[in-house]
Amino acid sequence: MSEHNTHVEEHRDDEASKLGMWLFIFTELLLFGGLFLVYSIFRMQYPDNFHESSMELSVTIGVINTVVLLFSSMTIAMAITAIQKKNKKLTLRLISVTVLMALVFLINKYFEWGHKFEHGLYPGSDLMQFLERGHHLYFSLYFFMTGLHALHIIVGMILLIICFVKVNKGSITNDKFVFLENGALYWHLVDLIWIFLFPLLYLIS
Amino acid sequence: MENHGSHITEYKVLIKVLFLLLLCTFLTISVTGFNLGAFTVTIALLIAGFKSYFVLSYFMHLKYESLLLRILVSMVFVLFIVIVLITFIDYSFR
Repeated sequence: MSEHNTHVEEHRDDEASKLGMWLFIFTELLLFGGLFLVYSIFRMQYPDNFHESSMELSVTIGVINTVVLLFSSMTIAMAITAIQKKNKKLTLRLISVTVLMALVFLINKYFEWGHKFEHGLYPGSDLMQFLERGHHLYFSLYFFMTGLHALHIIVGMILLIICFVKVNKGSITNDKFVFLENGALYWHLVDLIWIFLFPLLYLIS
Repeated sequence: MENHGSHITEYKVLIKVLFLLLLCTFLTISVTGFNLGAFTVTIALLIAGFKSYFVLSYFMHLKYESLLLRILVSMVFVLFIVIVLITFIDYSFR
């Protein structure tokens, strides 16, 4: 018996790692949930202002970003399937596609925000001060919610790049891929939030 | 649970889920195109809820996770809905 003890077993618990990641995701869901609540209350109080303000947003850019995020969500889910099937090359490719999609999303966001900045519409601008209360609230919430979401995209990108390096180095393999799973979970969270952000901010009738 | 939860989701399943999600997105856009009054938001949110169910169960593998995790995730959504309801009741009856 004692001879067997010389073999050092790696101490790890994938189930617990995932549970930890989920607990963190819960805090994120409630963070955005609180913002959605603030949004709903003010929308109830200023329905006309919110409707008029939302007309300023480009639905086309919103749709492109939705498609981009849904697609990237699928590619990162596929990356897990690929690593489970021991296909390292495909895993790396799928992670790269996901990071690329994240970049496309951010570039789109850059143009969308840049367009508003050109018109003097940004948090704390002179124009914002003179807007009606409902418009002011809508654009403040718009910049804060999409800004916080974009921050999550950047963090997700960094996480996925770390995943890429780890897969490449071989520290993420077909029987040890919980890090990639947790990275993917974070990426899906970003997608999940956008699923609610898009209809609420862009499509108000 | 079974084999450390190493269930493999096939590529085909993931592609199907993506198409379903895209279909829902375009459905949301066309629904909000019509003016159905208060129902528009409700329908848009229902579709969003439907979409998130598929993201959670297939992309986030919840369908194949332990019962504990699935209960925990549902509790978070229940908690959020309760908070929303209480806040709205508060605002409507002040």
